[in-house]
Amino acid sequence: MIGLDRISKYVVALVLSVILPIGFLSTSTLAADAVPSATSGSASPVNPIEQALIDIKNEDAAVRSAAAALLIEKGDASLLPKLDEIRAEADRATRQAIKPVIDLLKNHANLTSEQADTRRSAAADLVGTGRPEATTWLEEAAAKEQVWWVKYTMEESAQLIRLRSEDHAVKLLAIKKLGELRSQNGLSALKELLEAGTQSGATEQQRALADSAQTSIGQIDSWSWWAGAVETLFRGISLSSILLIMSLGLAIVFGLMGVINMAHGELMMVGAYATFVTQQAFIAWFSPESFDWYFPVALPVAFLSAALFGLVLEATVIRFLYGRLLETLLATWGVSLILMQAARVYFGDLTAVIAPQALRGGVQVMVGVYLPFNRIFIIILSIICVLGIYFLLFRSNLGVRVRAVTQNRSMSACLGIPTRKVDSYTFAFASGLAGIAGWALTMVGNVDPGLGQNYIVDAFMVVVTGGVGKLAGTIWASLGIGGLNKLIEPVSGAVYGKVFILVGVILFLQWRPQGLFAAKGRNADA
Amino acid sequence: MPEPVVTHQNSRETLSFYVAGFVLLVLLPVLNVLPNEDSWLYLSDFRLNQFGKFLCFAILALGLDLIWGYCGVLSMGQGVFFGFGAYCMGMYLALQIGKESVYGSELPDFMVWTQVKELPFFWYPFKSFAGALLGAILVPVLFATIFGLLAFRSRIKGVYFAIITQALAFAAWLVFNRNETRLGGTNGLTDFKQLLGYRLSDPSTQRWLYIMTVLALGAAYLFCRWIVASRAGKVLIAIRDSESRVTFSGYTPWMFKLFVFVVAAGLAGLSGMLYVPQVGIITPAQIGVLPSLEVVIWVAVGGRGTLIGAILGAVAVNYGRSVLTNYFPEAWPFILGGLFVIVVTMFPDGLLGMIRKLTERKKTPAPLIKAEGSTAA
Repeated sequence: MIGLDRISKYVVALVLSVILPIGFLSTSTLAADAVPSATSGSASPVNPIEQALIDIKNEDAAVRSAAAALLIEKGDASLLPKLDEIRAEADRATRQAIKPVIDLLKNHANLTSEQADTRRSAAADLVGTGRPEATTWLEEAAAKEQVWWVKYTMEESAQLIRLRSEDHAVKLLAIKKLGELRSQNGLSALKELLEAGTQSGATEQQRALADSAQTSIGQIDSWSWWAGAVETLFRGISLSSILLIMSLGLAIVFGLMGVINMAHGELMMVGAYATFVTQQAFIAWFSPESFDWYFPVALPVAFLSAALFGLVLEATVIRFLYGRLLETLLATWGVSLILMQAARVYFGDLTAVIAPQALRGGVQVMVGVYLPFNRIFIIILSIICVLGIYFLLFRSNLGVRVRAVTQNRSMSACLGIPTRKVDSYTFAFASGLAGIAGWALTMVGNVDPGLGQNYIVDAFMVVVTGGVGKLAGTIWASLGIGGLNKLIEPVSGAVYGKVFILVGVILFLQWRPQGLFAAKGRNADA
Repeated sequence: MPEPVVTHQNSRETLSFYVAGFVLLVLLPVLNVLPNEDSWLYLSDFRLNQFGKFLCFAILALGLDLIWGYCGVLSMGQGVFFGFGAYCMGMYLALQIGKESVYGSELPDFMVWTQVKELPFFWYPFKSFAGALLGAILVPVLFATIFGLLAFRSRIKGVYFAIITQALAFAAWLVFNRNETRLGGTNGLTDFKQLLGYRLSDPSTQRWLYIMTVLALGAAYLFCRWIVASRAGKVLIAIRDSESRVTFSGYTPWMFKLFVFVVAAGLAGLSGMLYVPQVGIITPAQIGVLPSLEVVIWVAVGGRGTLIGAILGAVAVNYGRSVLTNYFPEAWPFILGGLFVIVVTMFPDGLLGMIRKLTERKKTPAPLIKAEGSTAA
C-alpha cells in the first residue's frame, strides 16, 4: 500500500507542476535559506500566513500556488488542523493545491517525532514530494539524528531529491553519494540515467552522468548481494527456530515413550487458537489501552490449554498403545483429523491475531537488510525453549527420571520411578511446548485449521534426521533443514526445495541410518 | 504388533472366493442389465460404476496389506504409486480426446491455456494403449525399486520409513500441483471421451471396465495369496515379528522388503490405471498425504494381515463414506479420525478379526475362567 500512496503523491505533484507556473519553483529555492527561522514557528509574522490560508481557497490558480508556496516556506505543523479543516470543505482545485502543503508540513514535523519509525517513514515520504526545500530539512534532521538507520534514510532521501535537480553538478554529486550510500531505492532512477546516457542521441552531460551512474550501480549491486545473503541466512534461522520449537516436543516424546505424535501440529493449532480466544476476550472485556497485554497473558493460556489437551490425549488414547510405534502414529493421526475439523467447524477458516505494538515493524541492521521484530522474537523464543528444556532435562529431578525411563524403562520402574506418571507429565509438557509454538506462530501468519500441517512434515524430517530423542541432534537437524529450505528456495522455488530436502534426507540416512546422533547400546534396535 | 488370528480354513476361503467372484462378476452386471429400471432388483449404472471404483481401491488396499499387514512395513505413500498409474492412464486418455477438446487442438486443453505448443517428450509413450498399460505398472515399479533400494538397504525401518514415505507423498503432491510439470496442475487430467474407440460415457463401456476391474482384483488376490503362502511369505511374516532374528537366521530382510514393496507399488499402479477411466478425473488431491493414509485405514478397518480383510475394509469404508458424505458432509473427517483411533486402540484385528472372534466363540465352549462367579477384570 505504501507504493500506492507514493504514486498518488507523484500524480498530485505532476498535476501541480502543470498547473503552477515555473516562478513558483524559483521562490521555493530561495525559501530554502529561510527555513531555519521557519522551523522555530512562533517567530514568523501572523498576518501573511493567515492571508495565505484565505488565498489558498482563491479561484485564481496563480494566487493559490503563491499561497501554497508561502505556507510551505513559513508554515509549520501547528497549521495542520486548520489546513485539514479547509481541505474537508474545499473544492477539487483547492484540495489539489493544499495536498502537497499538508504532506510537506506533516512530514517535516514528523522528522522530529519521538518514534524512530515515524521519522524514518517521514524521510522516505519526502522523496515523493520531490521538493528541493525538503533536502535542507532532511540534512538538518540527519545531523541531529541518533538512530543510524533513520539517519541513513534521511541522507538517502536528500540525495534522491537532489538527483532530480536541474543542476548538472548537483546531479553528479548525488549519483556519487547514492553509490556510496549503497542506496537500494535509488537503483531504478540510476538505471534510467544510465539508459538515457547510453542512447545514441545523448549529450556530453548525459554521458558523464551515465558513467558515474554505472559505478554507483556496481557498488549498489555488489552490496545488495551481501544484503541478500544475510537476509537468506536470517530467514533460514527463523524457519529453523520454528521447526526447532515444534520438533523438540516431538523428539522428547519419541525418545521417552516411543510415541510418534502426529497430532503435535494440531496441539500447536490449539495453542494458536488459545491465543486468538485470549485476544477476543481482551477485546470484549478490557479497555483498548490494555489490549497489548493479551499477548503475554496468552502465553500461559496457550501452554496450559495445549498441555491439557495432551494430558487427555495421553490418558484416553496413547496409554493403550505403548510400545506399538506404528499404531500410535495412526491413532494420533486420527486425533489430528478430528481436531482440525473441529477447529474448522467452530472457528471457520480465517482468523487472525493482531500483533502487539512491540512486535510490529522491525529493525534495519545494515543497509538493505530489514529484520522484522516478530521473526527475531521467534528466534529468541526458540533459544529460551532450548535452554529451558536443557535445564529441565539435565538439571532437575524430573529430568533425571525422564532420562532414566528413556534409557531403560523396566529398570527405572524397578528402582521405584513412577514411569506412568513420568510419561503423562512429559507428554503434557511436550504438548504445552507445542502450544507455545502455536502462540508464537500467530505472529507470523493467520490462525487457521491447517496451521499444524504446514510444518509437521518438515518437523518429522527434523526428528528423523536428528536421531531419536536427541536434543543436540534435533537442534542441528532443524538448523540444517530450515537453512537448506531457505537456501534452495530462491534458486528453485519452494516446491522443488521441499523435494530436494526429501532427497537430501534419504541420502543422508544412507550414511547415518539412525540419524545424526544415534542411540547406542542394547536399546538401539528396539 | 498383535498376532493376527491365523487359521487354516483353506476350503472355506476358496469357497468364499468363488461365491464373491460369482456375485461380483456375474450377478451384479446381470442385475444392471436385465431387470427393469423400476424393479427393486435393478442396479443403476451409477451404483455399478461406484462399485467398480471401490474395487479399484480394494486392489490398492491389497498391496498395502501385503507390505504392512504381512511384512510390518508401514508405507504412507501408496497414494503416490496409485497416482503414477492413474496419471499414466490419464495421459493416454487425454491424448485420445484429440480434436474433440474445448479448443479443438490435438493437445490436451490445459496445455492450450498454459501455452504449451508442443507435446512434452514424456507424453509420447502414452500415445499408444500398450504404452499406457506398461507405463502404469512400470513407472510405479521402477520408482518403488529405486526408492525402496535406498530406503531398505540402509535399514530405514519402522517409523522412519513411515515418515519418509509420508514426506514422499507430500512432495509428490506438491510437484503434481505445479503447472510446469505439464500434468495439468491442480486441475489434473479430466474430460476424457473414449478408450480404444469406445465412448466412456456409454454404460456398456463402463460395465466392461467394471468386469475388467473384478478380474484384475481376482488376479491380484490370487497373486497375493500365492506370495503369502509361499516360503517367501513365511519370511515376510517372520520379518514383521522379529526382523533381527530373521537376520541372524541368515536371511537378508531388505531384499524381501524391497520385493514386497515393489509388488505393492505395482498393484497400486494397476489400481490407479483402472480407476481413471471409471471415475473420469485424476487430480493431485487424490495422491497426497491424506489419501495415502486413508488406504492404511481401509486395511486397518478390514483387518490387516488378511487379504480378504483388506478388500472388505476398502469396500466398507468407501461405501460408508459415500453414504455418509451425502447426509453429513461436515462429519466425515470426524468419522474418519474416529475410525483411526477406535480401530487402532480397540480392534487391532479389524472387522475380520471381530467376525472370527464371534464365530469361534460359538464353536468352542466358553473358557472356564469366565464362568459365573469370577467377573473380575
